[in-house]
Amino acid sequence: MATRTGAAESHANGAGRAAGGSAIDYVGVSKDFGGGGRSAVSEITLSVAPGRFVVLIGPSGCGKTTLLKMTNRLYEPTAGRITIDGTEVHSLPAPALRRQIGYVIQQTGLFPHMRIGDNIAVVPRLLRWDKARVAHRVDELLDLVGLPPAEYRHRFPAQLSGGQQQRVGLARALAAEPSTLLMDEPFGALDAITRTRLQGELQRIHRRFGQTIIFVTHDIDEAVRLADEIVVMRDGLVVQHGPPLEVVTTPADAFVAELVGADDVLRRLSLLPVGSAMRPLDRANGATGAALPAGPTVTRSAALRDALGTLLESHEDHLTVVDEDARPIGTIDLETIQAVSGRAATGAEGVSPHADVLRA
Amino acid sequence: MDLLRDAVAYVRDDPERFRRAVETHAQLTLYALGWALLIFVPLGVLVSRSARAGPAIVSAVAALRVVPSLAILFLMEPLLGLGFRPALIALTALAGPPILINVDAGLRGVPGAVLENARGLGMTPSQSFFRVQLPLALPAIVAGIRSATVEIVASASLASFVAVRTLGNFVVQGVTTGNEAVLLVGAASITLLALLAELLLGGAERLVTPPQA
Repeated sequence: MATRTGAAESHANGAGRAAGGSAIDYVGVSKDFGGGGRSAVSEITLSVAPGRFVVLIGPSGCGKTTLLKMTNRLYEPTAGRITIDGTEVHSLPAPALRRQIGYVIQQTGLFPHMRIGDNIAVVPRLLRWDKARVAHRVDELLDLVGLPPAEYRHRFPAQLSGGQQQRVGLARALAAEPSTLLMDEPFGALDAITRTRLQGELQRIHRRFGQTIIFVTHDIDEAVRLADEIVVMRDGLVVQHGPPLEVVTTPADAFVAELVGADDVLRRLSLLPVGSAMRPLDRANGATGAALPAGPTVTRSAALRDALGTLLESHEDHLTVVDEDARPIGTIDLETIQAVSGRAATGAEGVSPHADVLRA
Repeated sequence: MDLLRDAVAYVRDDPERFRRAVETHAQLTLYALGWALLIFVPLGVLVSRSARAGPAIVSAVAALRVVPSLAILFLMEPLLGLGFRPALIALTALAGPPILINVDAGLRGVPGAVLENARGLGMTPSQSFFRVQLPLALPAIVAGIRSATVEIVASASLASFVAVRTLGNFVVQGVTTGNEAVLLVGAASITLLALLAELLLGGAERLVTPPQA
């Protein structure tokens, strides 16, 4: 499976339940809102392995939010079963179930009459944690999302920027250490720069704690950037389910192709990370402490489009790919970029060998 | 100036008479407010939860507000007779609409996304109501209580027509006897009471309003 590094790490964490994520299974799940129209969600069967970051994407009305909200029973399925770690979600009272699952929506979600600290403490207090533990947890979480506790604990939501509010929303969802996070277009109302920053924070948190995340968006760039697996939905059905690279390079049908802009080479390059096309460094050469080569470098999470730009500007024949700690891990050149930019991407380095196998 | 001196002299002449009138006025106001809260806050909560009957009830109640306070008192008289109790009932009825309407509007005004989020985090329906919906509706509810209170303070003066000796007595007496000093005693005291209620409840309203940016 063409997983990215974050997911691989979280899988390792997933062994210990407390720090890892839950397995979520949807079996033949349907939702009918009545009124005789077509079902919002039609017999969806979908397995989410522990610790995976799964992005549901599709046009409005495709059923992605409905599927998400059935997971914590904000909507009740008309048919089918949803299990979390093998336990049917109806075997618990709904409030008890929801306290175990982190939930983040667009920025309207904070309670405007509660201070930031009290907003974050909602679920721990529902779970009757003692005072000291709640206070400690609130500060810990504010630190985690980059808001100094002393400065922010006592403020009200309206006194924070949209991005800060969403950080608090994330902290609140994480408060009781849930092994599952449900996120419904959490960054949809933010400006592009803030959104990118928060996406990075979320990835960092996911890499560190390995929760299972189900994330709804209609933004393909966001989906590709965050997902281990993308689930493309349309009219209540799953159209394609696979790693981002696979969805971008081998769209299942014309609808998905249009969604990812498959006809536009530059657009596709902007969706794919450098890591998906690089030639990994020879283990022998790239061993510990190897000095950084003199030539231009690019990080593995950067978009191929940016790498291409750097390459053309530098007049070099290749770039050195480095990881987040600036250690060289591979190289990239025109040939490797071409290998994934063309639609016939099979065989290229880093591309899933079963990219044509759709697991819907 | 003479008028003011005369008015002060009138109060000094029989301080007990003035004190009793203030007391009766305040008592009538507080009792009426208390009953109105007991009856109309829960009613407003019920009304806010009904999608269909709610708005109809609210408009009916709003329409009733055109009936003048004096008319309510006089309409009650043949039914209930004279005295404190009929005045209390009339004033309670008078305070109903602003409270009911604002409780309903305040609770309905809480965005659905906020309530869904309360559920999504694992609050039970009653936790969501008492910890989220009600606190967020409080500014509107307190505003309703404030206008109801001011209305009761003003209308309690009319209770003198059903033989309750409120501050309204001085007004009536002043008008009928052409004694402007007595009229001033009544009018000024009623205004001060109404202002006091306005100030207190206005402060309460600010207290329950979450800070804006």
